[in-house]
Amino acid sequence: MEKEREGFLKKTALEIRKDVVRTIGVANAAHLASSLSIVEILVYLYWEVMRFNPQKPYWKERDRFVFSKGHACPALYAVLARLGFFDREELWSYRRLGAMLQGHPEYRRTPGIDAPSGSLGMGLGISVGMALSLRLRRLTSRVFCLLGDGEFQEGAVWESVMNANHYKLDNLIAIVDVNGYQMEGKTESINNLEPLQDKLESFGWKAYQCDGHDLKELERAFKAVFACKGAPCAILARTIPGKGLKKIEEGVLSPTEPMSRLLMEEALRELEELDRTYFREGEEQGG
Amino acid sequence: MDRKSTRDGFGEALCELGRIRDDVVVVDADVATSTRTEGFRKAFSERFFNVGIAEQEAVLVASGMALCGELPFVSSFAAFLTTRAYDQIRTCVAMPNLNVKLVGTHGGITVGEDGITHQMTEDIALMRSLPNMKVFVASDFNSAKALTFHLAEIEGPAYLRVGREPTQKIYEAGNDDFPVGEAKLLRPGDGVTICACGIMVPEALKAAEILGSQGINAEVMDCYCIKPLPKQQILASIRRTGCCVIAEEHNIIGGLGEAVARVVSEEYPVPIRLVGVSDRYGQSGTARELQEYYGLTYREIVGAAAQVWALRRR
Repeated sequence: MEKEREGFLKKTALEIRKDVVRTIGVANAAHLASSLSIVEILVYLYWEVMRFNPQKPYWKERDRFVFSKGHACPALYAVLARLGFFDREELWSYRRLGAMLQGHPEYRRTPGIDAPSGSLGMGLGISVGMALSLRLRRLTSRVFCLLGDGEFQEGAVWESVMNANHYKLDNLIAIVDVNGYQMEGKTESINNLEPLQDKLESFGWKAYQCDGHDLKELERAFKAVFACKGAPCAILARTIPGKGLKKIEEGVLSPTEPMSRLLMEEALRELEELDRTYFREGEEQGG
Repeated sequence: MDRKSTRDGFGEALCELGRIRDDVVVVDADVATSTRTEGFRKAFSERFFNVGIAEQEAVLVASGMALCGELPFVSSFAAFLTTRAYDQIRTCVAMPNLNVKLVGTHGGITVGEDGITHQMTEDIALMRSLPNMKVFVASDFNSAKALTFHLAEIEGPAYLRVGREPTQKIYEAGNDDFPVGEAKLLRPGDGVTICACGIMVPEALKAAEILGSQGINAEVMDCYCIKPLPKQQILASIRRTGCCVIAEEHNIIGGLGEAVARVVSEEYPVPIRLVGVSDRYGQSGTARELQEYYGLTYREIVGAAAQVWALRRR
């Protein structure tokens, strides 16, 4: 990845993070940590990988994005707004009565949302259906499904894991946000999923690990995935819940806490600071 | 002689649909032989998907396919399809109002010897309480066939219940006039309204004959469309008869009976009686034995009709 491009993507991710904090802060909502852990994944997918047209959100030949971990939608909403699927102003009425942006993504209501989600463990099955249909129609579109690691505790996910392998769906790519947390605490202490890579591989998948915040590593993982034929692929992206905000990263604040207005302002200051020190100085150094 | 099952009607219609529409796909959960989707599988193997013993996956796959423009039919036993996959049906079919058709075979208790786990008398209640979902019950081979064609025509989610046992013929072949939100008037009368669906339709016709010999002229309607309920037709009939019996092979809670009872009590209260399974589970036995044991025959309809007729609103 070119340095300039990486800088652009990093800057985009930072702007998305700020909008996530604003969106959640204005709504006084929860799920900040799980929204922040997927920012680089979404940025890489939408700016580097997927084929779509914000002016034609239902274009038949687009790549499909199935957002299985629906609760983290503020991150997806911020991305879709930035890409022009809808007006950025919509972010400020997230979760309000009559809003386009619902508490969990609603198909048809929000442009850019390709599938319903909200009840966990369903996105992968929908993705299998999409991948089969696209194959039947001889379209080259691919299906990208983003799951949370905790979702693998839902038994139905394994029905989909088996099916994707049975039908050898190489047009289906699952990205797992391995942030290690679920509502009540650490995933490993509640119902341990590891070794997830071994589990998926023993089900016939090709699975790749990467740092889900490192754009170069994401690039490497996606390159490996696209080189793979005849099997469904998964990218296990290790992430940090609340990435970008020290208080959550360092465990001072619970990753599942709803965000107060006070915390929002503090978080924005922190991100602005990061913006100043990292990017502005970077630019000066760069010339 | 003229006895064929409603599941066979569904299977046959599906094959014809496959020939005329290339967007019809079938998702089955390893019961194609029983659900009669086998014919479709043989004729259109590339559009048939057996996802294995995985009803939740079947519904999810159908949802994904509908999102890409296919017209998926998902079929399994009513008992497993509507319960095991309920959250998937709710979240991924009903809420997004997707064009997925659910066909529950082996509905009711006349599944017979397999016993309580395979019998199903709660499916209508489960399906009709979902917004956007339309609900149909086939009463004979030809109505099952016609309703299957209708499912393909209407937009949005729909549930069709068919049964395992061969049943008496009610409609002529080629009778394909089963519009959404209507009922079939099978026997006109002004003494008592009998609303029936599924296997209770022939029972209602037999009951009407007996009632007729006793001077009570029963009007019999096949309420094949449970949601949207044929409200105006039912009310028009009840305004003439002043009483009503509803007969169904379903729990008396949540089925056609309660649907009619609500409309009647809101719009034009008259004495009514429900004939159905009285909130209990079945057991093994032959279909006819179970019908007798659980009170799903013309006799119960005659008894109920005599009661409401005596109390009828004049």
